[in-house]
Amino acid sequence: MSTQDQEIADQMIETIAKWVDKEVIPHASELEHADEFPQAMFDQMCEFGLFGATIPEEYGGLGLDVTTYARIVEELSRGWMSLSGILNTHKIAATMIGRYGTDEQREKFLPKMVDGSYRAAFSLSEPDSGSDAGALRCKAVQDGDEWIINGTKMWVTNGVRAHLVMLLARTPDDRVTCFVVEKEPGDSFEGISTSKKIHKLGYKGLETVEMSYVDHRVPDANMLGGAEGMGRGLRYALSALELGRINIASRAVGVGQAAFDAAMKYAQERETFGKPIFEHQAIQFKLAEMATKLQAARLMTYDAAARFDRGERIDLEAGMAKLFASEACFEICTDALRIHGGNGYTQEYDVERYFRDSPLMIIGEGTSEVQKMVIARKLHERHAIT
Amino acid sequence: MKVVVCVKQIPDPADPGALDPESKTLKRDTKLILDESDSYGVEMALQLVDTAGEGSVHLVSMAPNNEVGGLRTALAMGAESATLVSDDALKGTDALGTAKVLAAAIARSEPDLVLAATESSDGYTGTVPEMVAELMGLPSVTFAKSIAIEGGTAKVQRQTEAGYDDVECPLPALVSVTAGVVEPRYPSFKGIMAAKSKPVDEVTCGDLGIDAGSVGWAGGGQEIVSIADAPAREAGEVIEDEGDAHERIVSFLEELKVL
Repeated sequence: MSTQDQEIADQMIETIAKWVDKEVIPHASELEHADEFPQAMFDQMCEFGLFGATIPEEYGGLGLDVTTYARIVEELSRGWMSLSGILNTHKIAATMIGRYGTDEQREKFLPKMVDGSYRAAFSLSEPDSGSDAGALRCKAVQDGDEWIINGTKMWVTNGVRAHLVMLLARTPDDRVTCFVVEKEPGDSFEGISTSKKIHKLGYKGLETVEMSYVDHRVPDANMLGGAEGMGRGLRYALSALELGRINIASRAVGVGQAAFDAAMKYAQERETFGKPIFEHQAIQFKLAEMATKLQAARLMTYDAAARFDRGERIDLEAGMAKLFASEACFEICTDALRIHGGNGYTQEYDVERYFRDSPLMIIGEGTSEVQKMVIARKLHERHAIT
Repeated sequence: MKVVVCVKQIPDPADPGALDPESKTLKRDTKLILDESDSYGVEMALQLVDTAGEGSVHLVSMAPNNEVGGLRTALAMGAESATLVSDDALKGTDALGTAKVLAAAIARSEPDLVLAATESSDGYTGTVPEMVAELMGLPSVTFAKSIAIEGGTAKVQRQTEAGYDDVECPLPALVSVTAGVVEPRYPSFKGIMAAKSKPVDEVTCGDLGIDAGSVGWAGGGQEIVSIADAPAREAGEVIEDEGDAHERIVSFLEELKVL
């Protein structure tokens, strides 16, 4: 990245940070407790141009690199992790269309996706298929120049408000194919219906739903990648999810930073036995460990992002960053809550929100256990004795 | 319509640095940012041009070391171009000297309207805009809470302690804008990217026809005799309620003459 590009990236991050401090942090917990969609924050995210952040400039986007995007996600999550969730499925969809779509698909969808008025969701998981993505059952059967979709999908974040869903379905060749499903926002559209709104521990304010497809018809032209995309859906999705791991790691760094900041402040304000609790060694050691984990998580995340931007493989590094950062975030949030004592267990302090949000990063887009499997597999590939 | 906005670039108030004991002025050798006080004028100027449906916003700033960080922020908000006056001879320039420099730089743009903050967040003299107006022979309206342009006239709501006065003056004019009267927009990412290629005309005193001896330490009409740290904040008085707390609070407020 040139010095000028670095300055531009830094100015973007400073702008987001200022907005997060002024407009997000003071309102996030209230909206989160009400499980209310943050419309004003969403509108400002559109104004910033965040929905087109990584879409190439030729399609009207900003063409930002992954490192800058990771820093944006970190800042948003420092304010409220759900904001990065509003953005993330959109980015996954745009990445898949940009990378694997046909020219016609890129020209049709990407220009519409840059300003946030046309949003996208990603739909891989099913009631009986999460980490084991290959076991998915949702079916697509060809009928002339259309495909008929039947099945149920789980954990569809932004599913209701989306205009487009990247849907993974099993085609008659018994392989998984990705379809770009166009829809109107709302609870139902033609053969698609929202069968259940999922109530979550945290990660509130944006909808995560179960979506059912009953004889829903999708044009053949919407098979991602055209005829070549037949049976390659899982590969496309997993490739996009590799970037998704950097996204989750960045969220973990952001939430971890927020929890650390809250704990550091509280430890200097709260007094016990005649002095601020920061002066007790038990608290100092906790904060020292929290800061160290946070620093390591951030560096691993930036390293994976920078490797991607340099065109290097990140199959191992993204998994490591996601595994480490998400576990570190959970531990940092737990310690932050402990430092807050009884106050940490109340809704008066933001730290309870960080505590409830933090497990999402451990589970979402590949659990820690799946990350370890991926890491071990990649280690074996790179270090196999021949 | 051409609007010029005076923009000051100041040390980040979140990391304000220190006073230089030798010059007795604020050290300005760190990265400077847009003075938040000026962001209201920039926003108002952008809105006026939007409403007019034509025209442009031009920035004028005086800063050391060819600093453009704060200007880039205002350019990212939507201003079209900027003039930066940067010259070693300007070190130590007082409020009148600053006004001379700004007036000369503004005059080059031949604006219809000049906007400025009522005062900067680091110097707080609150005198520069009016001196600029005097030097340029422009009518000056202070403490604007809103501005509307109708024909060749500026209609200004001027904030007062009791409310506001409706004031009209012919253009061109200089109006100082009260902080907080509009919500400055956040720069969009496209705006940030575009700002890097917007023109910033960097000029010196010589370019403006200003004698270096009439500004800076040499031309200063004032002298900073001494500086001292602000007194530390004293601990407040804790009133324990023994049945008379309300009376003691009332008498405390009466002493302050707020009741």
